[in-house]
Amino acid sequence: MKLRANLVIGGSLFALAILVGLLAPWLAHTDPVMDANLMNAEEPPSWTWWFGTDGQGRDIYSRVLYGARVSLTVGIVSQLINSVIGVALGLSAGYFGGWWDDFVNALTNLMLAIPSLIFALAIMAVLGPGLTSLLIALGLTNWSFTCRLARASALSLRSQGYVQAATVLGYGDLRIMITQLLPNMLGPIVVIGTLGMGSAVLSEAALSFLGLGVRPPFPSWGSMLSEARDQITTAPWLSMFPGLAIFLTVLGLNLLGDGLRDILDPQSRSRRT
Amino acid sequence: MTGSPLIEVEDLRIDLDDGSRRVPAAEGVSFRIDRGETFGLVGESGCGKSITALALIGLLGSPLSIGGGVIRFEGRQIQNLSAARQRELRGNRIAMIFQEPMTALNPVSPVGRQIAEMFVLHKGKSWREANQLAVEALASVRVPAPERRVKDYPHQLSGGMRQRVMIAIALACGPDLLIADEPTTALDVTVQAEIIELMRNLCAERGTAILMISHDLGLVANVCRRVAVMYAGRIVEERGSADIFRAPSHPYTQGLVDSLPRLGSRAALGRSRLKEIAGVVPAITNFPDGCRFNPRCAQATDICRTTAPQTDGLEAGGFVRCHHHA
Repeated sequence: MKLRANLVIGGSLFALAILVGLLAPWLAHTDPVMDANLMNAEEPPSWTWWFGTDGQGRDIYSRVLYGARVSLTVGIVSQLINSVIGVALGLSAGYFGGWWDDFVNALTNLMLAIPSLIFALAIMAVLGPGLTSLLIALGLTNWSFTCRLARASALSLRSQGYVQAATVLGYGDLRIMITQLLPNMLGPIVVIGTLGMGSAVLSEAALSFLGLGVRPPFPSWGSMLSEARDQITTAPWLSMFPGLAIFLTVLGLNLLGDGLRDILDPQSRSRRT
Repeated sequence: MTGSPLIEVEDLRIDLDDGSRRVPAAEGVSFRIDRGETFGLVGESGCGKSITALALIGLLGSPLSIGGGVIRFEGRQIQNLSAARQRELRGNRIAMIFQEPMTALNPVSPVGRQIAEMFVLHKGKSWREANQLAVEALASVRVPAPERRVKDYPHQLSGGMRQRVMIAIALACGPDLLIADEPTTALDVTVQAEIIELMRNLCAERGTAILMISHDLGLVANVCRRVAVMYAGRIVEERGSADIFRAPSHPYTQGLVDSLPRLGSRAALGRSRLKEIAGVVPAITNFPDGCRFNPRCAQATDICRTTAPQTDGLEAGGFVRCHHHA
């Protein structure tokens, strides 16, 4: 039953975050950008201002709701790009071996050697700031762990009896990779993927803080957090609520990853029933 | 033997590349299997029987490679076919089942899907038709309640059931040749008998030839019409399976047959040690000159130590590779 609890709690947290992002226009009390009013600056949380207000008098509650859109888009899309690149490279490298494996390995080492945030910065510098370039930059720089994982799984799975059996039964390389190797390595890949979404949310925060992500005044959790840095002693609610949003989303993603891993493994599935 | 053989192997050599040089892991391997025939390849571990099977199906991987000889399937050479053409043969015309039913099935895929995939892959069926055919295939290997079993994952099945599923997959496309590499080694003796019976009946019904690879002489003699015995990379004797037990010609085969325990032998002969063949199998990199069996052979003479014997046809059919054969 514990296994199912992971999935339910993680899934609901993540679903809640997505729902909040989608329904932001209806749930928000004020416009997150336009409704600045210096008369209400730095109000602590109250019945009027649920999460308090920031230095320009903008409602933190509304900004957190809208911030979910950017943070989740970045988290999901960039990690999807990472997973696809990582799995495609790692799986094929582990399966085929030879020069292709050497090449992918060298590329992965290169990616691991350069701090991914620095690399993302460089890409952002070329593409210019904005959401699309943020997605591309984060999507192209964090696939190395997925790649390593996929390659290692492919290497060990390749020598499994059923993979050899598939070869004997006349399966082509692509079919073997998709029907035999991929489903068997999906568990850890999904777990790494959900963890990666969490760190992508954080990377977005860092890049937005440096002025390369979503430009102010549009809110994202990361940029809100970094803007709130100076007032952490005087107005802690400024950083608390976006921080809490990031925390709950990342927690939800990790629990979801755990739960998914359990149902993706048929052996644990039947143990439970 | 009438008509052209289904598969014909002529003077096959398989090289093992140990980094600095190539040593033959098997050589001079020749045999033919007719349509619907059952042929056994017997030998101890490392004698080259499994790599011979892999060579037939085109799956020798580094460090092994075909060093010479010809493999013909229905009269056509197949060892140099393109990868795509070889794939068409595999599973469709030549199928193989393995020793380990525990690992030969994909653990994350229901068994019905794994059978159905063969129909989709080789026969171009839709998934709907293929799933129906998969149920029939499971029924044909006598799996009870096949329409429920198709949804099971491999770990929910016993070893015997899994091997049945493997047979269903292998025979799905009605292959002309089934290569069975120690198909029952991992199973209980009683299950073994059932599986062998099933395999033999199904193949007989469909006219599928069997190449059975095993170290179990008794099993092979039971299933196969003809048997070839391999020793240190060479076939030393090939006979009808009844003859090989009654009158083995090669000293190695004689040794093997003599070392089989027989039911009731203690009552007849009193307490005695089981016979064995003296010595050990030579290492692949260090085969002796002449006949490879000479260091262990009681009948060895000078010629055995210098000259490799050629195959010698026997009156009753088959051949033996020995200078002094009976």
